Order: sequence, then C-alpha cells, then structure tokens
Amino acid sequence: MKNENIIELKDVCRYYRLGNTEIKALCDVNLEIKRGDFIAIVGPSGSGKSTMMNLVGALDLSSKGDIFLDGQNIEHLPESELAQIRGKKIGFVFQTFNLIPTLNAVENIALPMIFHGVGKEERMERAEEILKEVSLTHRRNHFPKELSGGERQRVAIGRALANDPEVILADEPTGNLDTKTGLEIMKIFVNLNKKGKTIILVTHNLNLIKYVQKVLKISDGKIIEQKKVKQHKIK
Amino acid sequence: MKDHFLLAFSNLKRRGLRSWLTMIGIFIGIAAVVGLISLGQGLQGAINKQFEQLGKDKIIIQSKTMGPPGTATGKLILTTKDLNAIESVRGVERVVGILMKSSVIEFKDETKINFIIGINPKDAQIFSEMQDYKVIKGRDLRDGDGFKAVVGYNNLIDEKIWKRGVGIGSTITVGNVEFKIVGILGKTGDPYNDAAIYIPKDTLRNILNTQDEEDEIVVKTQEGFNPNDVAKSIERKLRQERDEKEGQETFTVQTSEQLLNSFTNIFNIVQGVLVGIAAISLLVGGIGIMNTMYTSVLERTKEIGTMKAVGAKNSDILQIFLFESGLLGLVGGIIGIGLGIGLGKGVQYIATIALGTNLLQASITLPLIFGALTFSFFIGTLSGILPAMQAAKLRPADALRYE
Ligand SMILES: Nc1ncnc2c1ncn2[C@@H]1O[C@H](COP(=O)(O)OP(=O)(O)OP(=O)(O)O)[C@@H](O)[C@H]1O
Ligand SMILES: [Mg+2]
Repeated sequence: MKNENIIELKDVCRYYRLGNTEIKALCDVNLEIKRGDFIAIVGPSGSGKSTMMNLVGALDLSSKGDIFLDGQNIEHLPESELAQIRGKKIGFVFQTFNLIPTLNAVENIALPMIFHGVGKEERMERAEEILKEVSLTHRRNHFPKELSGGERQRVAIGRALANDPEVILADEPTGNLDTKTGLEIMKIFVNLNKKGKTIILVTHNLNLIKYVQKVLKISDGKIIEQKKVKQHKIK
Repeated sequence: MKDHFLLAFSNLKRRGLRSWLTMIGIFIGIAAVVGLISLGQGLQGAINKQFEQLGKDKIIIQSKTMGPPGTATGKLILTTKDLNAIESVRGVERVVGILMKSSVIEFKDETKINFIIGINPKDAQIFSEMQDYKVIKGRDLRDGDGFKAVVGYNNLIDEKIWKRGVGIGSTITVGNVEFKIVGILGKTGDPYNDAAIYIPKDTLRNILNTQDEEDEIVVKTQEGFNPNDVAKSIERKLRQERDEKEGQETFTVQTSEQLLNSFTNIFNIVQGVLVGIAAISLLVGGIGIMNTMYTSVLERTKEIGTMKAVGAKNSDILQIFLFESGLLGLVGGIIGIGLGIGLGKGVQYIATIALGTNLLQASITLPLIFGALTFSFFIGTLSGILPAMQAAKLRPADALRYE
C-alpha cells in the first residue's frame, strides 16, 4: 500500500558550523507533503528555504531528525543509494539552470538517464519526447549558450523529467527570468502538477503563489505558516 | 562506460590553450621515447644484420687500443707472428690478417682522407663472406696484383666523395703511389665501407714501410668447433706467445656473438639513459595533467554538483574525470608520437645527408605506436586519479553552492 505522504519531515534540523559559531539554518521542522501537492515555499533571504529543499532532495543530510521519501527514511542511506534516489525519484530545477555547457539541449535532457543506466536508444527516444513536451524540438542541437534564459530553463525542466520522477523540486526557477518568461515556466509546472507530479517551488515572487495550492512560510529556520490557497488559472 | 567516455570527450573540446600548454612535458616525453626507440630499433636491426653477415663462426682479434683500428703502436700491435700462432690453434680453419690505415688519397686534382684496407687477394673470398663486400663492376683483387685497387661504392658516385666519380681503369694516388682501379664494390650503406679503398696487403706494407703489422685478425672456426672454446684457446696461445699475464692482455679476442653482445649492451645502456631522461619529461607532463585536472575540478564544481543532483554516483564522476585525464594523456601522446616520428625521421635524414650512413634508420612499428598510445593514456589516467577522487567526493549541496 502506498503511503499518502510522499514526503515527511520529522523534527528536522540542519546546523552549519562556521568556525566556533553554529548557524541553525533549519530547526525542528515537521512537515507532511501529499502526493500531487503543489506547494510554494516563501520567506526572507537566508531563512532556510534552500536548506530545506536540499534536505528533501537528498543533496544534503540533516543534523537531526528524519526525512521520509515515499516512506523510506533517506537520512541513513549510503551515498550510492542517495544518488539513485536523486536520479529516479526527484527532479531538480535550479535558479541558474545549471545546464552542462558541453552538451546540447537533447543531451542535457538525456543526462540523468545515463546515470540511471538507460540504454542509448530508449534514452534518445525519451529525450525527444520530453523535448516536444517542453516545446524545444527546434532547439534540439543548440548548446546552452545559444539558448535564451526561458529556453534554458525549459531544457532544465526537461532534464528534471528525464527519469519520470514523482517529485519536482524547483529552487527559485523564475529568479533569473523576466515576468513574462517566468509565467511561461510557471505554466509548465501547473501542467506537470495536473499530470500528477508533486511540485515544491521556492519563490520570492509573490505574484506566482496564486497559481499553487499551498503556501509554506519559513522564517529563521522554522515553518511559521502553512495554508491552502485558492488556485488561479494562468491566462 | 561508453557514455562516460563520451561525456569526458565533450569536456576536452572546451579546454583552452593553457591546459594544452601544461602538457608540453607529455608531448616532449612521448616524442623523445618514440624517436629514441624508433632509432634504437632501426640501429639494432642494422647491427644485427651486419653480424648476421659476419656469421657466428668468426672470431676477431684486435689490439687493445682506444682509438680506431690502425692506431696501435709499439708492442701493442698485432703481428704476423701472432697470426701464425693462431693458425696452429685447434679448431681454426682460416686466419686472415687485415691492415687498415687512413691515408691521403688523390684523384685528378682532388685530395681526400679515407680508409685504405690492405688484404691478401686470396683472402678476398673470406672477406666477402664476412661483410657486404661484393664486386659489382670489374673484378676482385687477385694474386699478382701489385698496384691495383678495388674501391667502395661511393667513390663511383658523382658529388659523393669525388666531384666526378671514379670508374674502372681510373687512377688514384695513395701516398704518392698510383693505383689502377679494377673493381667497384656494391653499396653497403655504411659510409666508411662505402668510401674505403682495398689494395693488396703487401703493397700497403711497402708503402707504410712496416714488416709484419696486422690491425685486425679474423678467424674462421672449423665446423664442429664451438667458437667460444676456440676463442679461449686463441687467447691462451696469444698470451703465451706474447708473454702476457692473464687479465693484462694487450689484445682482445671476441667471437662475433660476444662482439654483438657487447655492442648491444652499450647500446642498451645509452638507450636506457636517454629513455630515463625522457621519463623525467613524462613525469613533468603527468604533473601538468594533474594540475589542469585540479583546475577543472574547481572550475566545474557546480557542474559536478548538478550531475550528482541528477543522479550521478561518486563512481560516475570518478570515471568521467579519469577518462578525461586519460584522454588528455592520449591526445598528448598522439601529438608526441607525431613529433617523435618527425624526430626519428629527422635524425635519419641528417644521418643520411650529413654522415652518409644508413645505419640510423627510424623504424616505426605498430607495437611502438600502440605502446606509446597506451602508455600516454595510462599516464594521463594515473595523473587524474587524485583530482578525480576529489571531484567524486564533493558533497552535492556544497558543490551546488560553489560560485
Ligand atoms: N554551506 C553552508 N555553510 C554555512 N552556512 C550556510 C551554508 N548553507 C547555508 N548556510 C546558511 O544557512 C542559512 C540558510 O540558508 P539558505 O540558503 O537555506 O537560505 P534561503 O532561504 O535559501 O535564502 P535565499 O532566499 O537567499 O536563497 C543562511 O544563513 C546561510 O548563510
Ligand atoms: Mg535559496
């Protein structure tokens, strides 16, 4: 039986040591995220949003507490299994796109499948499909530096979809884009959510939170508010 | 595996001039190794061929001198008396004494210094058995020839030794004595042989005013006798004859096999030293690769974080970076091999033009090329181990934060 909660955080803390001082970036966070949720995380700079995303995405380990992904505690796994989880269960989208400059659009999209051991033929077939999904077929052989910001982010979203993960984590995906392009990207996320993906989005842009289902406010490493919002359609 | 290789390969393309410059050591090292080995193989081949010609059954006796043959003086020289003594040793089939001198030679109004070799006309046969001594024009020396000469091939060719080459019937002058050329020898490739002038030994003795000097004595072993045993007997006999103590001989007795071995030994030592020097260059090149790999791990920290975020395991990152440094080494190797072939051929060219020898032939074989390629890939990979390990163990969250 599948757990209703795709993500669960229990008393999670993340401390950073800087010399003799300890920074409590995240403190006693408890959180449950259901399958198919579309959540926006907001909060001032330095409040711990990225820290939390990194923990949920198995890019970082907590100092205390447990994190369950699809019912599995990911805080005590060896690095190789964490890598598998990152590749298979999670798709990351970054503010700075983080495309590999030596690979073209379709190769960037196919990259996670290489690490997941997908054969070349299947990989390319799937990458072409995704390329169509993010409407970039005409940019197939372009390298990142030949693409606009919005196109790069679409490639990055395509890459996040490569292994068909259940969860997409996007840390300020529209931060480097203008309003119009940001809205286009947001539309893609809304559509993906409709197809069943669980999406967690960090954003500073309060205009975008009306398109999600739930808003999570973080301040000083703590969740201070969690509320459902009325989801608007993007025109 | 293959995909990791391709990923690594795509990284090579973005490398700037700087990272190739740090690999100069690899270029030079591989070039030196390839050049040296190709020349070494060629030289070894040529020497082997010469010894093959000499035959296993020959024993060569020379006086112990540092200079070239013919410069021994006083008691050091070998004499006809020695020759006769050797003739009586068991297992000796034939003994040939040769006289070698460098002398002023005139042809028309030109003057050159060259080797004059005095042989007994009746020994010409055994001589041709031992080395590339083959008359291709005219005839060989024969008994009764007083002032006749057989000359090396290069004498025949215009602009080689003489402005206009000699021919059958030409007259050359050796130390004021005129000789008529009756035969011309085939090309051997050895510039000394090809320039040499062969005249009857007795005539040469008269010119030199010596009675019984021999510069080199060559023995042909009887069939059924071991040349090494015969050489030992000759040594014993000569010690007795010349009244010398063991270990203090003024002469050497070497079978052709021993001669080859001592050649090969010297040759290997020289080659070893040179390759050792090349190895230092390779070490420097390896450190250069390590350096550029560390730099690229730093430069690409965020990329490494990204790859880990999309599912790359530590071993994936390790492989990609190892392949990349291996490929760097390989590219260095390819360039180095190119340079090395150029070097070998260049030396061969210079040797042929300037020294007139075709003994130094660059022998570029497939095993040499594949060996050098494998080796350079290996050096590259080896140099990449530490940087690749550093890249592999980066923590994804930290790597992604890196600016
Ligand atoms: N690797 C680290 N070492 C030390 N301190 C860190 C590290 N990563 C984060 N921090 C600190 O933890 C706190 C939370 O950082 P985090 O990046 O999660 O903030 P954020 O909410 O994402 O901010 P922003 O909106 O600016 O991206 C900050 O005070 C930051 O300085
Ligand atoms: Mg952040």
